Amino acid sequence: MYRYDEFDAAFVRQRVAQFRDQVARRLSGELTEDEFKPLRLKNGVYLQLHAYMLRIAIPYGTMSARQLRKLAHIARTYDRGFGHFTTRQNLQFNWPKLSDIPDILAELAEVEMHAIQTSGNNVRNVTADHFAGATAEEVADPRPYAEIVRQWSSLHPEFSFLPRKFKIGITASEHDRSAIKTHDIGLHLKRLAGGGLGFAVWVGGGQGRTPYLAQLIRDALPEADLLSYIEAILRVYNLHGRRDNIHKARIKILVNSIGLQAFRSEVEAEWARIKDGVLKLPAQEIARIEAYFAPPQFATRPPPAALRPADRSFDRWVTRNTHAHKQPGYAIVTISLKPIGGIPGDASAAQMDTIADIAQRFSCDEVRVSHEQNLVLPHVRLGDLWSVYQELKAIGLAEANAGLVTDIIACPGLDYCALANARSIPIAQRLSARLAPRQDLVGDLKIKISGCINACGHHHVGAIGILGVEKRGEEHYQLLLGGSGTEAAALASITGPGFGPDGIIDAVEKVVDTYLRLRAGPQEAFLAAYARLGAEPFKEAIYAST
Amino acid sequence: MPAPDPGLRAPLQPSLTGEVDAAGLIWKEGAFRRDPWRPCPVGGELGASPVLLDKARWAAERARLLSRPAPIGLSLAGGDGVDDIAADLTRFALITLNFAKFSDGRAFSTARLLREKYGYGGELRAVGNVLSDQIPFMRRVGFDAFEVHHAPTRRALSEDRIAEVGLYYQPIGSAPGPGTRAWLRSSVG
Repeated sequence: MYRYDEFDAAFVRQRVAQFRDQVARRLSGELTEDEFKPLRLKNGVYLQLHAYMLRIAIPYGTMSARQLRKLAHIARTYDRGFGHFTTRQNLQFNWPKLSDIPDILAELAEVEMHAIQTSGNNVRNVTADHFAGATAEEVADPRPYAEIVRQWSSLHPEFSFLPRKFKIGITASEHDRSAIKTHDIGLHLKRLAGGGLGFAVWVGGGQGRTPYLAQLIRDALPEADLLSYIEAILRVYNLHGRRDNIHKARIKILVNSIGLQAFRSEVEAEWARIKDGVLKLPAQEIARIEAYFAPPQFATRPPPAALRPADRSFDRWVTRNTHAHKQPGYAIVTISLKPIGGIPGDASAAQMDTIADIAQRFSCDEVRVSHEQNLVLPHVRLGDLWSVYQELKAIGLAEANAGLVTDIIACPGLDYCALANARSIPIAQRLSARLAPRQDLVGDLKIKISGCINACGHHHVGAIGILGVEKRGEEHYQLLLGGSGTEAAALASITGPGFGPDGIIDAVEKVVDTYLRLRAGPQEAFLAAYARLGAEPFKEAIYAST
Repeated sequence: MPAPDPGLRAPLQPSLTGEVDAAGLIWKEGAFRRDPWRPCPVGGELGASPVLLDKARWAAERARLLSRPAPIGLSLAGGDGVDDIAADLTRFALITLNFAKFSDGRAFSTARLLREKYGYGGELRAVGNVLSDQIPFMRRVGFDAFEVHHAPTRRALSEDRIAEVGLYYQPIGSAPGPGTRAWLRSSVG
């Protein structure tokens, strides 16, 4: 893992002191709420429906047991005893007092964490594959590059007042677990023709009101040019992105209004000027950051024989929630934060403490956050799986549903969010309870729920997407089908008229029923069946007069 | 009389810096100063004193203005490009970049283009909604003067208590800073 040096530590301390001063000026009335807003947003502080919300960065989704324990401590001390893991590898606390936030940030700084640029119109938390450093599928660990971009973009003087927020995601596997094509810049680390490492650079993806998948702007960018190329993109965007309409201000609108070719020629012209300048990454600097992410000392002894009783639940959990590890004798474990009928992504302070203990004893002291709002233990010995399972079961987090229809992504919705039009969480809870009995039968199927058009719940890329809207003062839900956030990214299509809160549950169940009825067999997953069948049979089932 | 050329990175003429004045609007070189520059009224006569023109006026009268003896400043709006006036930049002793709203960050990029791409060496002044929390960023991208109306920001400047993170993760300009990670990091002072 990356470790702060004196520079990093002093930087975060100074930032906390600066924000303490800003909060004092706000509380004294020197700053108006309008003037304070961009300052608090750059420190991850939102004003929600009922309270301030603090969003803490978990850079590229990686944290240690000590860091997770600190989050538990903050939840217990300053909040209501729980936190909410988000689709951007952040953690949100929904009930902090503004006057406490400088102290919370100081506590975070003690464990090398911060909330810098988790909101505001700047480069947000850089996300990466939650299996990074553990999967054999990747060409190299993407996190060193994410860390380099994190450092470079922190309090960037030129790019702190962009037209709109800016999200960068990175994957190093052909199988994209980071949804890079829904990012403003998506980076795909790969082996270049000459043998070195480099990136396919995708630009202009985003969800929200007008969803676009990112387009390939450069196929083989040498790793040394990573920062200069990102800078060129950001400069063109900063100068030419729209600022007259918040809904048209993301880079996706610029790219798609002038066209990829025109956008590319602007970027390439600017890049040609700066590419051999001060941002060129020296190989030894990349190597220096990479050293922080060196693999842990894996045990080479054969795993102990499985001494455990026959347990079908455990077998299901191993099948569903573990993934092949690059090191023989190890597995990657997904801790589902989607207990049946629970709130997606929520974890209590006690659960966080227990997971931290498990990570320390069984996962080389590492925990990951996935963009699917689950946690991951990246390095678990096969012989320890039974113990890990037992301990997770004791805290109610051993649901064997990773990737299944109950592994639902949902934004906080109208229960918390000032922007939302409808609640997301109760829909997720009811769908989970309704579909749980058949989840193994249904197989891989991602449901994603957003409580408004901003699409924080990724409904555009859900195999089944649900969008909450307001209709004549009532909560109303639109249904979308066929989306995907993976390497085969696709935008979902709306089925037709929307539904009330009860109707949407029934409609989703009809979609699932139709799939089960028409699929070629259990091996044909939902998206494959949908591609073969088209939307019609599903629409017929949903809208058949009853 | 030959036209005086402010010259690339030449020291400013004292008459263009403005005299120190506690009520002056321009913060420059550690003090508030009175603005020696006068905006030119639309269609108005330029006279013989330092005068500030917008880009349209410059473009319309460029040929005549190039030989004008008195100093000329250029006032740019947020969306004004500078590539088309690159050849003229040595003619300006002052360029003002407007922040119509503090959240409109285009001028941060324009400032870097002026300083780093075109080597503009004259006064670069931030005008408009200039607030204390943006000033450290403005300084880093090349601004050296600030027109400040906001009373708390004026106090913070006078009392030298702009809260800044004085450690920088990224180089600005072409010269790497000191330290082992010169390509990446530097600190103030």
